[in-house]
Amino acid sequence: MLGFLVHKDGDVVGVATKDLSKGSKVQGRTLEGDREYELTVMENIPLGHKVAIKDIKKDEKIVEYGEVIGVATQDIPKGAHVHTHNIRSIRWG
Amino acid sequence: MERQILAYRRKNGSVGVRNYVLLIPVDDISNAVVESVEKNIAGTLALPHPYGRLQFGKDLELFFKTLIGTGSNPNVAAAIVVGVEPKWTHKVADGIAQTGKPVEAFWVEGNGQLKTIEKVSRTAVRLVEDTTDLRREPVDISELVISLKCGESDTTSGLASNRVVGRFTERFLDVGGTVLFGETTELTGGEHIVASRFKKEEDRKRFMEMFNEYQELVKSQGVDLLGSQPTEGNIAGGLSTIEEKALGNIQKIGNAMVDGVLDFADQPPGKGLYFMNTSSAAAEAVTLFAAAGAVIHLFPTGQGNPIGNPIEPVVKITANPKTAEVMEEHIDVDVSGILRGDLDIDSAADMLWKRVVGTACGRFVRAEILNHKEFVLTKLYRSA
Repeated sequence: MLGFLVHKDGDVVGVATKDLSKGSKVQGRTLEGDREYELTVMENIPLGHKVAIKDIKKDEKIVEYGEVIGVATQDIPKGAHVHTHNIRSIRWG
Repeated sequence: MERQILAYRRKNGSVGVRNYVLLIPVDDISNAVVESVEKNIAGTLALPHPYGRLQFGKDLELFFKTLIGTGSNPNVAAAIVVGVEPKWTHKVADGIAQTGKPVEAFWVEGNGQLKTIEKVSRTAVRLVEDTTDLRREPVDISELVISLKCGESDTTSGLASNRVVGRFTERFLDVGGTVLFGETTELTGGEHIVASRFKKEEDRKRFMEMFNEYQELVKSQGVDLLGSQPTEGNIAGGLSTIEEKALGNIQKIGNAMVDGVLDFADQPPGKGLYFMNTSSAAAEAVTLFAAAGAVIHLFPTGQGNPIGNPIEPVVKITANPKTAEVMEEHIDVDVSGILRGDLDIDSAADMLWKRVVGTACGRFVRAEILNHKEFVLTKLYRSA
């Protein structure tokens, strides 16, 4: 079953389309359906929250929608929860 | 896609989907009169608000523009304006009268509250009788003015519900409709995309001026909006930054190009897609859109914002399956199937189109059924 959706090929995060449990293996795809992904979830991620679909380094820009939505404040491994605890706005904050 | 609706054609040619006899207080101290008449006379709708005294300059201009615009909205068949004194009362009533609809003015000074209530009530009896005698007639859907604003957004908004509205908007503009969108500060991080959509360079410049003015206002307070934007509800729903929220927000206009820029509560000069300078607070923005003549509002929500408006039906769309379940009574169009992978954006836009046609023909939206009548005036600065 679909576990997450990715806005655009090239994004570094996907959006959980259901509550994802730590340790589960889930599939994802882009909205256009032109690319598919598979990853192991590293921590519980609630529906609507973001999951890293690749390893992200500290200070790396976070790309979603094919656009920059913020910057990583620490290393974020693939499968981890991506939210206010590990990324911040570039415009405000 | 069904295009014919049954709606009210007003004297000035505009098309309304509701048929209100509106009781408009000019000031806070006249609320008591209109609230009393609303209880007394069936078929009237009072719009109590906390302002209208000692406002000045641009703030006062916007106040008058919003009250006159609200009374002029095509969903309003007739209006009674009640103030404490005659001068400002006539100013509002005369503004509304330009639409050709029946408008009456009353004031409390020199009359007293009880006599004013009696006069307003007797006039309301006649206006309700005349108004309820008006008939809906076949009209093309493109004659409607529709406004857009999302609220309590989460990532399901940008992923699905805002996209559905975006697809609807593209189709509605294709048939010649008029659409208003705004939320100036909530475009932060996506403003370059909106800026690239203006058909005319002068409009793009004006948009950027309005956008930058808000950024300066925020800065002049010595703060940023972190803590307010994204809201706690947004963050609970998975939105992490204002940029992410903005990129989700602008999905509501799809790939459409923008025909013009409007300041607060300005009426669009023609058909097409218009950006209006607004706050991003839901009730303030919808009140301004209604004052500009919008007759149906599309409101995608993630975590579930119950907002309504007294005169403009607010259609709620959600793609969040939890919200669709636990806040079921608030939701008009459930597109959560998109997240499960069993509904596509085009089919969801068909569902929304059908609901807009139904709403335009008189079907109540959930916000109307649940008695949501948020009328919130935008105040630019404190009164004298």
